[in-house]
Amino acid sequence: MMGSAAARDRDSNSADVASSRASSPALRMDHVTKMFGTRKVLDDVTFDVPAGGGFVIMGKSGTGKSVTLRHMIGLLRPDSGRVFVGDDEISALSGSPLADVRKKMGFLFQSAALFDSISVGENVAFPMRRHTRLRDGEIRERAKQKLAAVGLEQDFDKMPGALSGGMRKRAGLARALSLDPQILLVDEPSAGLDPITSEEIDGLLVDMKKEGGATLVVVTHNMQSARRLGDQLLMLDEGRIIARGTAEQLDHDSNDLVRAFMTSQHAG
Amino acid sequence: MPAAATSFLAGVGDAALFAFKAMRLVWTPPFEVGETVRQVYELGFRSAPLIAISGVAVGVVLSMHTRASLERFGAESMIPAGLAIALVRETGPLTAGLLLSGRIGAGIGAELGAMRVTEQIDALEASAVDAFRYLVVTRVIACVIALPILTTVMNFAGMFGGFLAEMTATGMPFHLYMKRAFSLVEVTDYVPATVKTMVFGFIIATTASYLGFNTESGTEGVGRASTKAVVLSSILIIVTNVLLVRMIFFIFPETAGG
Repeated sequence: MMGSAAARDRDSNSADVASSRASSPALRMDHVTKMFGTRKVLDDVTFDVPAGGGFVIMGKSGTGKSVTLRHMIGLLRPDSGRVFVGDDEISALSGSPLADVRKKMGFLFQSAALFDSISVGENVAFPMRRHTRLRDGEIRERAKQKLAAVGLEQDFDKMPGALSGGMRKRAGLARALSLDPQILLVDEPSAGLDPITSEEIDGLLVDMKKEGGATLVVVTHNMQSARRLGDQLLMLDEGRIIARGTAEQLDHDSNDLVRAFMTSQHAG
Repeated sequence: MPAAATSFLAGVGDAALFAFKAMRLVWTPPFEVGETVRQVYELGFRSAPLIAISGVAVGVVLSMHTRASLERFGAESMIPAGLAIALVRETGPLTAGLLLSGRIGAGIGAELGAMRVTEQIDALEASAVDAFRYLVVTRVIACVIALPILTTVMNFAGMFGGFLAEMTATGMPFHLYMKRAFSLVEVTDYVPATVKTMVFGFIIATTASYLGFNTESGTEGVGRASTKAVVLSSILIIVTNVLLVRMIFFIFPETAGG
């Protein structure tokens, strides 16, 4: 346990560098700073995400959690600093090299972001149609399997507008897993869901993590969800890292905000 | 320079870069053939009823006005030819352009705007798909293909409307009307005027796509993008039309008369 956030940040950064030398992390943020207008949303953020397991980024609303996640898949570019996916510097890529890196990743959006002009099944089939040479029948079969894995096997032909919030999230998860990604990024899996549905989504993510061996990165401000999903937790406040460790370590952190967050029972 | 002026100029520059990017990507692979065909159907084929019905109505009205004018000079026999030239050279292309800036411009602005605010454009990018190429370039190509075809539909629908008006007024048979209508229309009347609607298509698609792609502020922003798409593309079509007509007169001096 560290005495101050700054010291912890420095030590955490050093530990990250050391660990990145020992084994290649799945993701790495290297001194990333991002401004929106005059507001600094990320302030010299450095950390890595170990390959495999669950990594949870948490913090109050507006602290830069989702912005961090968007940097990881190249939807945002840092004003300064670098972002790595494996050995690829995604923050410096564009065109087909960027697409090649993204094919190894899945992203579950907060709103699920299903394409509302095509059916649920076609949403799940979409990445396969774009990036594989599978035949139509095989793609449909695989899409049905992905939907069955999230309990939506009966909803293949439904339009996204006909689904409830929880079903949309599950369909979004099926689409994110369509290409069996090595890294799954999840933005607020509990947002807008009741506690039971939220737990179901978390259960699916835990299963995926156990079975697939993929790296799971989750942004949430729901502590129950964070404890279920995170082998490691990282807490942001005003664009800076204020804590990192296991849930148990953070339960006993010296920072009042971290402890207050860890003991909260926010249901999302 | 005042902040509003700087912001306006920055917006114009940004939109111009957007349009240049669209123009450049039209010619470079990968080509989104399936999505382009779908957009030709959605934006082009499904606009045909609007264009055909409007064309007939415009033809009827133009014919009635032309009759009122030419009757004074005893030149009623020139009504079909006068109407055909007016339609082919200006009324058809401009009316089709403005009608389609309403239907297609509003549609693209609203659709892309809604996709932006519901993160569907980000979802495309996250799925390793170039959203600009998939959403914008396909619509630009579809509009550039569809506008000349729909303009031709409008021209013929207008002539049919003119025939209906003439048949009602004088009982003129169809074959005679069409013979007189095409008696003075030259290739140089039809081709340049119809080709210029490809520019209208480009204007509609890029303006609406730019506004939709850059939508902010939730559903209110979607409404604003849709409205702005219609207003801006209509104004740009009218202004560009002046330049294009001037250019056509320069390249084909015979069309300028005199």
